[in-house]
Amino acid sequence: MPSIPTPPITRRGVLVAGAASAAVTTVPAAAQGPAKAPKSTPVPVKLSVNGKEVELELDTRTTLLDTLREHLKLTGTKKGCDHGQCGACTVMVNGTRVNSCLSLAVMHQGDEVTTIEGLGSADDMHPMQEAFVKHDGYQCGYCTPGQICSAVAVLKEIEAGVPSHVTDDLTGPMPMTRAEMTERMSGNICRCGAYSNIFDAMAEVGGAKA
Amino acid sequence: MKAFTYERAKSPAEAAAAVAGREGAKFIAGGTNLLDLMKLEIEAPTHLVDVQDLALDQIEETSDGGLRIGALVSNTALAAHPKVRKDYAVLTRAIVAGASGQLRNKATTAGNLLQRTRCPYFYDPNLPCNKRVPNSGCAAAEGFSRQLAVVGTSDKCIATYPGDMAIAMRVLDAVVETVTPDGKTRTIPMAEFHRLPGDKPWLDNTLGKGELIVSVRLPAPVGGQHFYQKVRDRRSYAFALVSVAAILNDDGTGRVAFGGVAHKPWRVEAAEALLPQGAGAVVAKAFEGASPTEHNKYKITLAERTLAGVIAEARS
Repeated sequence: MPSIPTPPITRRGVLVAGAASAAVTTVPAAAQGPAKAPKSTPVPVKLSVNGKEVELELDTRTTLLDTLREHLKLTGTKKGCDHGQCGACTVMVNGTRVNSCLSLAVMHQGDEVTTIEGLGSADDMHPMQEAFVKHDGYQCGYCTPGQICSAVAVLKEIEAGVPSHVTDDLTGPMPMTRAEMTERMSGNICRCGAYSNIFDAMAEVGGAKA
Repeated sequence: MKAFTYERAKSPAEAAAAVAGREGAKFIAGGTNLLDLMKLEIEAPTHLVDVQDLALDQIEETSDGGLRIGALVSNTALAAHPKVRKDYAVLTRAIVAGASGQLRNKATTAGNLLQRTRCPYFYDPNLPCNKRVPNSGCAAAEGFSRQLAVVGTSDKCIATYPGDMAIAMRVLDAVVETVTPDGKTRTIPMAEFHRLPGDKPWLDNTLGKGELIVSVRLPAPVGGQHFYQKVRDRRSYAFALVSVAAILNDDGTGRVAFGGVAHKPWRVEAAEALLPQGAGAVVAKAFEGASPTEHNKYKITLAERTLAGVIAEARS
């Protein structure tokens, strides 16, 4: 296990320690379950995160999200609902956006994962990050890493011609419109309601026609 | 989540045998529904057999002009396939009406068919549910049933099959192809794949223990105008209250199946034969013998109006 932060106590420190201790206590709880339930045995997991090879020993239950946050300390990716409903945990796996909370790390042997930390940094922002800043595409910021990962992937999906629920002509060229962008972002919830600014940012980067 | 052991199968027969031979074992593919349920301990497999290495991610044309869709083809890839968009548009429309972009990227064709109900009482371990715990009772029958089934229900269960993709596959006469634990293959018409709750609502479908879906076959295209009209509480990323999958011909005939109303995709061939007479006649026949609750009887009216809208669009 990675070390748990020690004082001075910060809000993040408390949150990390809370999550880590919760993870530890689930092991004995599960062992007390039905007799047939196996005990947790760590398995080796190898994957590439933001271009860096990592090797870990993980309980089979560890989600990709918890692997990123708790084991690799890449806390840019956020845990919102932990059930695939909010999109805060969105990352790219082999170039495709997924909910990292609904995927087991052990199922990602050899996969290439890109998180918000891999898209850009404060000194060298991805164009979508710059556009979010410029258009004020957030308020509290908690959903923002997932929104940005999703937004980058959405533009690629439109370019690749993947149809959506609002696509009129399934066999024609895919239009880069706000309607297409908003429909495709429905898996990313923003409780602050920064949606219109998020779509302004996406429209700028994607060169939306309407 | 309960602890489990994990393996990656190398062949469909090996995967089927691995699940059949072990109590508490389950397949996992995309995992988007299974992991959600495992976190809530509604599902608690003791062993997972990961099928991602089985090379079932191709879409190929069949000798009779149809398509064979590999079990592991993602929902996104299936919806985006050029031939599906051109000749089976109802399927593309149904898939993109469901879930979110992230989920469709991960969810597989077979997994989508196997997704479990979203009945709120199935999801609440504090309340009885015959689907979750056999013979524990049904809290939904006297509960909040606005989203639940109106037809084909039993006194043990009023849950719906929640998906969109299968409604389109039902209207397309798709066939599910499987491998059984003894290595044999079997085909199951979509009409017989999902089952009604009856006395055993804990069984969602007609697969045997360890039986693995390897592909879904679509017959040759049937032409017509394709529609998937989904009515839901918000514009995107919500389950259907009612959905209509329809293929309508210029002479007024066609095929229609309803989603969000039953424990399986609801297609009544004797009802769709009445399409030339209009939506009222079709819905009256399709929902004959329905037993809605006070909360969800609106669904039958909604089904008629949704179908009427689709027919009007086809004629315009």
